[in-house]
Amino acid sequence: MRYLPLTQDDRRAMLAKIGAADVDALFRDVPKAAMAPLSAFGLPDTQGEMEVERALSKLAAKNVAAGAAPFFCGAGAYKHHVPSAVDHLIQRSEFLTSYTPYQPEIAQGTLQYLFEFQTQVALLTGMEVANASLYDGSTATAEAVLMAQRVTKRGKAILSGGLHPHYAETVETVASLFGPIVRGAVTPGSAEDLTALVDEETACVVVQSPDVFGLIRDLKAIADAAHAKGALLIAVVTEVVSLGLLEPPGAQGADIVAAEGQSVGNGLNFGGPYIGLFATREKFLRQMPGRLCGETADAQGRRGYVLTLSTREQHIRREKATSNICTNSGLCTLAFTIHLSLLGEEGLTRLARINHAKANALADRLAAVPGVELVTPAFFNEFTVRLPKPAAPVVDALAAKGVIAGVPASRLLPQDKSVEKLLILAATETSTDDDFAALASALKEAL
Amino acid sequence: MSMNNQGRPSSAGETSSPGMATISGDRGLDHEEPLIFELGHGASGVDFPDVTVSDDRLGGMRRRGKIGLPGLSEPEVVRHYVRLSRMNYAIDSGLYPLGSCTMKHNPRLNEKMARLPGFGDLHPMAPQSVTQGALELISQLMNWLTTLTGMPAVAMSPKAGAHGELCGLLAIRAAIAARGENRRRVLVPESAHGTNPATAAFAGFTVDEVPAKPNGHVDAEALKAKLGPDVAAIMLTNPNTCGLFEGEVKEIADAVHAAGAYFYCDGANFNAIAGKVRPGDLGVDAMHINLHKTFSTPHGGGGPGAGPVVLSERLAPFAPIPLLVSDGNGLRLVEDRAKAPAGAKPFGRMCAFHGQMGMFVRALTYMLSHGRDGVRQASEDAVLSANYILASLKDVMSAPFGDGPCMHEALFDDSFLEGTGVTTLDFAKAMIDEGYHPMTMYFPLVVHGAMLIEPTESESKASLDRFIHVLHTLAVEARAKKTERFAGAPHLAPRRRLDETAAARKPVLRYKPPESFKEAAE
Amino acid sequence: MSETRYTDQHEWIRLDGEEATVGITKFAAESLGDVVFVELPASGKAVTAGGEAAVVESVKAASDIYAPAGGTVTGANSALEKEPSKVNEDPEGQGWFFKMKISDKAEFDKLMDATAYGKFVESL
Repeated sequence: MRYLPLTQDDRRAMLAKIGAADVDALFRDVPKAAMAPLSAFGLPDTQGEMEVERALSKLAAKNVAAGAAPFFCGAGAYKHHVPSAVDHLIQRSEFLTSYTPYQPEIAQGTLQYLFEFQTQVALLTGMEVANASLYDGSTATAEAVLMAQRVTKRGKAILSGGLHPHYAETVETVASLFGPIVRGAVTPGSAEDLTALVDEETACVVVQSPDVFGLIRDLKAIADAAHAKGALLIAVVTEVVSLGLLEPPGAQGADIVAAEGQSVGNGLNFGGPYIGLFATREKFLRQMPGRLCGETADAQGRRGYVLTLSTREQHIRREKATSNICTNSGLCTLAFTIHLSLLGEEGLTRLARINHAKANALADRLAAVPGVELVTPAFFNEFTVRLPKPAAPVVDALAAKGVIAGVPASRLLPQDKSVEKLLILAATETSTDDDFAALASALKEAL
Repeated sequence: MSMNNQGRPSSAGETSSPGMATISGDRGLDHEEPLIFELGHGASGVDFPDVTVSDDRLGGMRRRGKIGLPGLSEPEVVRHYVRLSRMNYAIDSGLYPLGSCTMKHNPRLNEKMARLPGFGDLHPMAPQSVTQGALELISQLMNWLTTLTGMPAVAMSPKAGAHGELCGLLAIRAAIAARGENRRRVLVPESAHGTNPATAAFAGFTVDEVPAKPNGHVDAEALKAKLGPDVAAIMLTNPNTCGLFEGEVKEIADAVHAAGAYFYCDGANFNAIAGKVRPGDLGVDAMHINLHKTFSTPHGGGGPGAGPVVLSERLAPFAPIPLLVSDGNGLRLVEDRAKAPAGAKPFGRMCAFHGQMGMFVRALTYMLSHGRDGVRQASEDAVLSANYILASLKDVMSAPFGDGPCMHEALFDDSFLEGTGVTTLDFAKAMIDEGYHPMTMYFPLVVHGAMLIEPTESESKASLDRFIHVLHTLAVEARAKKTERFAGAPHLAPRRRLDETAAARKPVLRYKPPESFKEAAE
Repeated sequence: MSETRYTDQHEWIRLDGEEATVGITKFAAESLGDVVFVELPASGKAVTAGGEAAVVESVKAASDIYAPAGGTVTGANSALEKEPSKVNEDPEGQGWFFKMKISDKAEFDKLMDATAYGKFVESL
């Protein structure tokens, strides 16, 4: 088998050194009844590269890739152009196949890019300190809520109705053990007033901007309301390219920022692996979950980097850890760092403007389609429209015609009849006028 | 209690001469590399037209200041990250004897398949009619996982092993609540990986430690004595963190079930038994599988991982959404709890979307390539290689449980270093100078100065012999108190020992520009 | 006249009249390694003998510090916030953790004296 270097001769020699008759003698602690014969496994045998490639290519061919059709899906995952250099660099053996940098002397490559990443995230979000990434935006949001509960020693978490429903469900699954989770009203196209819900039992208020319907929100008022009652504001961002054009959450009073970094450097990948960005204020540093990379010097006085403040983590604090998390997003984090390095200040700014311009053009185009009404008055690259009939069947019909028209709100909020006719669409720098024309005409036909 | 309170030296130690000084500071192929922020100079590595946008639809939230990101051209960025990469050890370059990590070869076909546009460029919320191939792949992977483990169901969404542990414990919590009971205690061996008690606490349980016996096995009698109507579950790793198979596992499982509790199995060490033993036959109720360990998805410098959780009949109904179901129209993800199939009572959602599809593609590629016979052979080779190392080193290194065979990893402690002035840490750092990543150190906590070695099946006999020779010689030298190699090691790596004390006392966690540039950044 | 006693968790407690000072012993400080952070109790906090009172962290380890006797915390060594190294440099003097009023002198009297503690450490 091509991945197994040991030959039968090798195995014989090794068994002789060990003094065992056969390899099963090494499994002597396993109860005989538990030793399963090969026939117990109803699975195929070894296959060569060619056969495996053929089988998987067949499966891949059954899917419509975002780049293969006019495509408008967003809702927490965005199609952007990733420069070719990114994928080449992350596939270098020393990045792809290296371990967590617990031996810093031989992992300065990983540690240095993590330090760069942490700096990039702090700059983008306008916060003081960021960690070396969590799994994704949704679990980062849940971790933020748990952290706020620890910091304030209170349990209640208020989630804006504009928070991505998957994120809200994730928070409920994990954080409801430690306090009540209250969901704000769902008000597509406007910002609901959460101030009345904030009280002395509130640990945090969680607001996403741009929200799941695309609405850009001003966080200052809710930040002030939260702080007045001793609660924290957690700002969630699912499209980080928006930070190239909009005021960062840190400038608006956010105490913790939980974001999804997939838009930068990482493909859609049917939902994962993605990257959780997590940033906060220095005063909360020791309550922060996840890995942290810090600067230091070696025995010769040369600058170097190490994982630090590990005593917060599971391998030391065990049941008193700030989180149980063990991995970060590793290679996805590197892809983010490299892409952002290629973009730079000017590139990110231009990219963000192009995204907004495209979405603007699309919104105008669709508003001209009879029956289509723009719901979101202020948006970055994603907005919501109201159709004259339920959106999900329209999306399915358009898919059959080769147009991937966006995400019906009912897919995210299946129990909420009031959003049935809403369709959430995103346009990025990858969208073309031909795409817009195809969508507009297909939509006209379907309505 | 049960925090890890065994400290060890964390300062950089004494300096010594760096060798021949060069003009540039670089040394041949070894380059020193500044931060991207120190290299940035307003160039750009992408070409975008400059468009203006009006404020009409920005809600007054246009950014006012600069972000402060550095700008470089593509050649500069490529050179920067290539130079950084060359400071890293990797499994492609050398053996990683890391116990519990299963650093096996990462097949390149995995990478090619994950990048097929039909997988890599597929949106998670695209209409399900256009993602059937992806759903089929997930279904095939689920079949491999359930068949290899002998379990009826699997939850695919957890993003990593620890996330899978949380998923399993939340399912257990939901199952207990569904019975109308309230059990809060979870039993965890003292040899367990830190994620186990951390996860139990996260799932709202209190942790009760079970001692290990002197022979490295969990004390089954002590464990059974701790069972009671308030115990929700036990968390066992099998093979355990000492590299030994818990032979009494079935008796333990039966006692646990009889007491109304559940058996969570940490699947980190599945590489010892995949294709040979099925956890379902051992009474396991839930077990996470680290796809980045047993199934070769790359470690990527720390992630991403994936931790699907196989579930027993009694826990399967509580699997989180989304659920993959098959009906007349094909495969479908059920994302709405209210629409879960009859009998399903999902406890909630672990994360947005459906799971680590990128890692699913890689893992299935690995499984199809190996086949069931290859998976079985890999486990046998992994166990054989660990025992070969144990047999070859136990005359000079102390193996606390070395009288019998180990599984896929061999555990040594620091008794053989007693009185030499060389610690486990020094020994490990000396390995770096020999071109090896150190083994897992100071874990498990149940032996002093632990050294846990897991070669995996990916090493040739020549590679193993070379490794054994180096360790054997190091051990002999240490015992003879020839400490030159060890004191202040590593001497030859891109960095000498780093001052971790200073890093923790005065954390510097981001680049801050020198004062004169601060204005520009703001 | 002050008296110092020791626990088997390697804490020391020095009683000066009504007020007691608590810290960790040289042995504990050495086995932790360089101390990087100390989590100290707030004034007014009630503690029980053997109950968690503080946490001390080194780079690779964290340890609970238990109150040697029951009582109320009256103050903590805030100098440790900026200079946790004091715990390593002078664990039984300037590296003290917190002060307290003990509620039951009998609990104090039960603890090991310097000789007994010295023997205890040797036996480890």
